[in-house]
Amino acid sequence: MQLESMYQEIILDHYRNPHHKGLRDPFDAEVHHVNPVCGDEVTLRVTLKDVDGEPVVQDLSYDSLGCSISQASASVMSDLMIGRPVGEAMRISQVFLDLMKSRGADVPDEDVLEDAVAFAGVSKYPARIKCALLAWMAWKDATAQAMDRQGEVTR
Amino acid sequence: MTAATAHLDVEAIRADFPALTRTVRNGNQLVYLDSGATSQKPFQVLDAERTFYERHNGAAHRGTHLLGEEATDAYEGAREKVAAFIGAQPGEVVFTKNATEAINLVAYAMSNATVTGARGSERFRVLPGDEILVTEMEHHANLVPWQQLCERTGATLRWLGVTPDGRLDLDHLDDMITGRTRIVAVTHQSNVTGTVPPVADITRAAHEKGALVLADAAQSVPHQPVDVAALGVDFLAFSAHKMLGPYGIGVLFGRADLLEAMPPFLTGGSMIEVVRMEGSTFLPPPQRFEPGVPAVAEAAGLAAAVDYLAGLGMCNVAAHEESLTEHALDTLREINGVRILGPDTTKDRGGAVSFEVQGVHPHDVGQVLDELGIAVRTGHHCAWPLHRALGVQASTRATFYVYNTHAEVEALAEGIRYAQRFFGARQ
Repeated sequence: MQLESMYQEIILDHYRNPHHKGLRDPFDAEVHHVNPVCGDEVTLRVTLKDVDGEPVVQDLSYDSLGCSISQASASVMSDLMIGRPVGEAMRISQVFLDLMKSRGADVPDEDVLEDAVAFAGVSKYPARIKCALLAWMAWKDATAQAMDRQGEVTR
Repeated sequence: MTAATAHLDVEAIRADFPALTRTVRNGNQLVYLDSGATSQKPFQVLDAERTFYERHNGAAHRGTHLLGEEATDAYEGAREKVAAFIGAQPGEVVFTKNATEAINLVAYAMSNATVTGARGSERFRVLPGDEILVTEMEHHANLVPWQQLCERTGATLRWLGVTPDGRLDLDHLDDMITGRTRIVAVTHQSNVTGTVPPVADITRAAHEKGALVLADAAQSVPHQPVDVAALGVDFLAFSAHKMLGPYGIGVLFGRADLLEAMPPFLTGGSMIEVVRMEGSTFLPPPQRFEPGVPAVAEAAGLAAAVDYLAGLGMCNVAAHEESLTEHALDTLREINGVRILGPDTTKDRGGAVSFEVQGVHPHDVGQVLDELGIAVRTGHHCAWPLHRALGVQASTRATFYVYNTHAEVEALAEGIRYAQRFFGARQ
């Protein structure tokens, strides 16, 4: 059975016990994204802080409805992003995006992606890639909005 | 258990469907329970398309050569077969791309009648304050075009709700159809719950108030005998690919007097009478609604599909599916943590069985089933409002057709139990 290659223990653990779930205040930007195919949805908030002139993800909170892949992905992603400078976080999300587009061909770098390497198996199933990317796309969108707002404040 | 039922020789039928012989993931034999999305195609349909291209390929309704003549015969012959299949006249059958386009054709013809004020088309005009009545049970294809028609015209969209067991709530039907209702658009068989609403009764009520009626028959024409005269509807839409036929061709039935008065939707070649730089006049129906070179090979494939189904007998098809549906309802009901959406008996209910598995998201159920070789649909099945009304975000759906067996129903139930064990869901 190939099931274990998609549903790795790490994924099932995050699905059963998601990290950082639940919406928190305050926040700089909030977005709501849906997967139109299945109706899965995520509401995601981002709070940034300025550390020596560099924006850092201070907090990221979310509420979501969806399958094990989309839920676990949100949990893994929030682990990776919280506390990280925005530039570095954006680079990591690009690495994850590339992994998801690889149709199983990429050997993921655990040093960069940490628990997110477990999603390599998902990339072999085109119908599920959107599930894995839902929260990541919401994060990118929310962070971009938060950055815009910060820019407006400092201007 | 043998594959033969009292109604169909399923073993012989399965031999006609090459796709059913292939293996899928992990070397499993395919168990295809997604015919509600698209059916598999028998050799007879594939051969009809191939033969057309090999022997008769020419553009229908133009040219003076033999191939063009044969293509026209194939196309018009298909129209006659489809008409006979649903109890219509050939002139009442318009070929479209699919059911979705057929519904859009009517919705756009109505706004075209409103904008151009074409003579004789008053019947179709939609003005601000007019009403369009749909139901909460509709596939998006029979909902979004009407929302958009309301946006274009200033009409108001109203809808009939659903009961908790997935039937249409008809308690307020008489209030919901008013003197301002221009058209009632209703499904003839839900693609999610299998519910078969009383379309003939709804049509009578609508006609009393002077409203038109369109039935979305994408899930009924493939699965049960349908007679447009008995239903009394003004329009009926369905797709070939859900009834053993090819993609890319669908049907709009329209009552002859209505099609005669209706302005076109898409325009261009093939549908005109006289063209001058100042303006054009149009052919009578059905050609008025079929611009461009038609999909003749697809029409030939659809005709072969109609022959195939007529050969089985639609009463037998319906009885076979009813027996599978009953088996599925009985078996799935026994699984702890499984909730079936929609009616729990086969009364006025077709062969779509949607369900939720507590603690396991439909995507994950579908993924596990896929690993076992069982193909089902997961998500909202293009009926998001219906899912909302039934209190679920998404569901898993099994749909049955002429080639499905009772053993496949058992395989589905076993697969659901396996998914529950895999995800550690409560059983």
